Amino acid sequence: MSQIQYTNRAKPVDRRPLNFIERLYLWNVFIGMFITLKHFFKKKATVQYPEQVREVGTAYRGLHILNRDEEGRERCTACGLCAVACPAEAITMEAAERLEGEEHLYREEKYAAKYEINMLRCIFCGLCEEACPKDAIYLSHTFTPTNYHRKGLIYTKEDLLIPNPKTQPEEYAKAKGLIEEKKKK
Amino acid sequence: MNIYLLAIDWWFIIEKLVLIALIVTLCLIIAMYETYGERKVAAFIQDRIGPNRAGPFGILQPLADGGKLFFKEEIIPLASSKYLFVLGPTLAMITALLTSAVIPWGTSLEIGDRNVPLQVADVNIGVLYIFAVVSVGVYGIMIGAWSSNNKFSLLSGLRAASQMISYELAMGLALIAVLMMSGSLQMSVIVNKQMSGALGGLGSWNIWYQPLGFLVFFTCALAECNRTPFDLPEAESELNFGYHQEYSSMKLGFYLFAEYINMFMSCILMATLFFGGYDIPFVNESNLAAHIGQNWVALLSFICLLAKAFFLVFVFMWIRWTVPRFRFDQLMHLGWKKLIPLALVNMIITAALILWLKS
Repeated sequence: MSQIQYTNRAKPVDRRPLNFIERLYLWNVFIGMFITLKHFFKKKATVQYPEQVREVGTAYRGLHILNRDEEGRERCTACGLCAVACPAEAITMEAAERLEGEEHLYREEKYAAKYEINMLRCIFCGLCEEACPKDAIYLSHTFTPTNYHRKGLIYTKEDLLIPNPKTQPEEYAKAKGLIEEKKKK
Repeated sequence: MNIYLLAIDWWFIIEKLVLIALIVTLCLIIAMYETYGERKVAAFIQDRIGPNRAGPFGILQPLADGGKLFFKEEIIPLASSKYLFVLGPTLAMITALLTSAVIPWGTSLEIGDRNVPLQVADVNIGVLYIFAVVSVGVYGIMIGAWSSNNKFSLLSGLRAASQMISYELAMGLALIAVLMMSGSLQMSVIVNKQMSGALGGLGSWNIWYQPLGFLVFFTCALAECNRTPFDLPEAESELNFGYHQEYSSMKLGFYLFAEYINMFMSCILMATLFFGGYDIPFVNESNLAAHIGQNWVALLSFICLLAKAFFLVFVFMWIRWTVPRFRFDQLMHLGWKKLIPLALVNMIITAALILWLKS
């Protein structure tokens, strides 16, 4: 009896009638129980999440970070390219003009007065990161934000901004480590 | 006559009451931790870890589950028959606990000058009593299923009844061979018979003389406890949990609890009937008692019985997470056409051998 082989992967189904031992069923149950017993002593695949975190790849796309330059000024100029690129329409922003005396806060003459990302809509595709001409937005390795309210998952500019390297150097270095690691790819 | 009636041995009543309370508590605690064990075994077989958040290694998980069940809303469906709806889980729980009455849990204790047997009632029809109580147990499921007024529940009740009746036959026939060997229905006699053999009793365990009988009995015990591969009454994928579909809160908890108590009791029963009961293998109990005292031997023998039962419980769980469910016709085929003839043959061979050896 020849079976037609359509692919080289398919294992033809064994349609021979059961022999005596197989019809007894008991022996096959013992074989099955031996297999499950082997699994009983195997190393478990579980990662104990809050305590252990699975290592993510360098290309991993997690929560967004709004970047600052070396002097702690916001890089974002509210050009809106990220919002245009976003397929999920998760980004909202309002632009404002930099006033006299705010040069230490914003890098260019225009800045984002309001910058919101709705994390419920975001699909973490990273197109905003690719669209940004000012190196202002990055996707970090942080993941699974949780909240009890929908409102809490709309991240404002304060939530997204990286710590200021001048006033909070330690926190900045910590956040920066992730970004630099990501840039290396 | 009146004088005899008045002369009540109060110590006897107190000791029995304490024993009953202890055994019922033990059964409930073990049933609780069986749920934990089941989840752990399932997880380990599936390469997972299982519950490990509540307390160290998750050992408080059953308490959390029980607490959750207590605080769930109690729903009695409008179309159900109310008294029967409450009676169902009650009956299931009562019959599950009643079986523990005739089990000998260990050698007797010595308290003061009294000899306290670790058995609530050493009736001379012990095995028969267990079978009677287990048969009533099916009413718990049937009444619950019928009074739910739900077609899935009713179907599952029908399945449970037919399954229990068919497998009780083979179970009883397999047991007759054991009873012929021990010559008594009394549980203490059956255990004592198994304690006298070689290797401190190990040589006279019934399992060596009745392997086929044990196999049939074990299979039927799986079916009696509604455990996979015979869990047709509560087949999740076909009947939406079957007979306890309409139940919520602690009434559901009672059904689940009763199932686990039944499992523990049938494992204890199998340990008693086939694995020497509370016999400590490789040890002569009376010699040991002379060395370390009667009470310590009682404790050791009790632990020994529990160890045997826990191993069998583990096998129950192991089978559950290995073998898929039977189809209903396969179940009936196995019960009536395979197990009953097998048990009959086993019985006849045993009878013939006993006659031959005696003459």
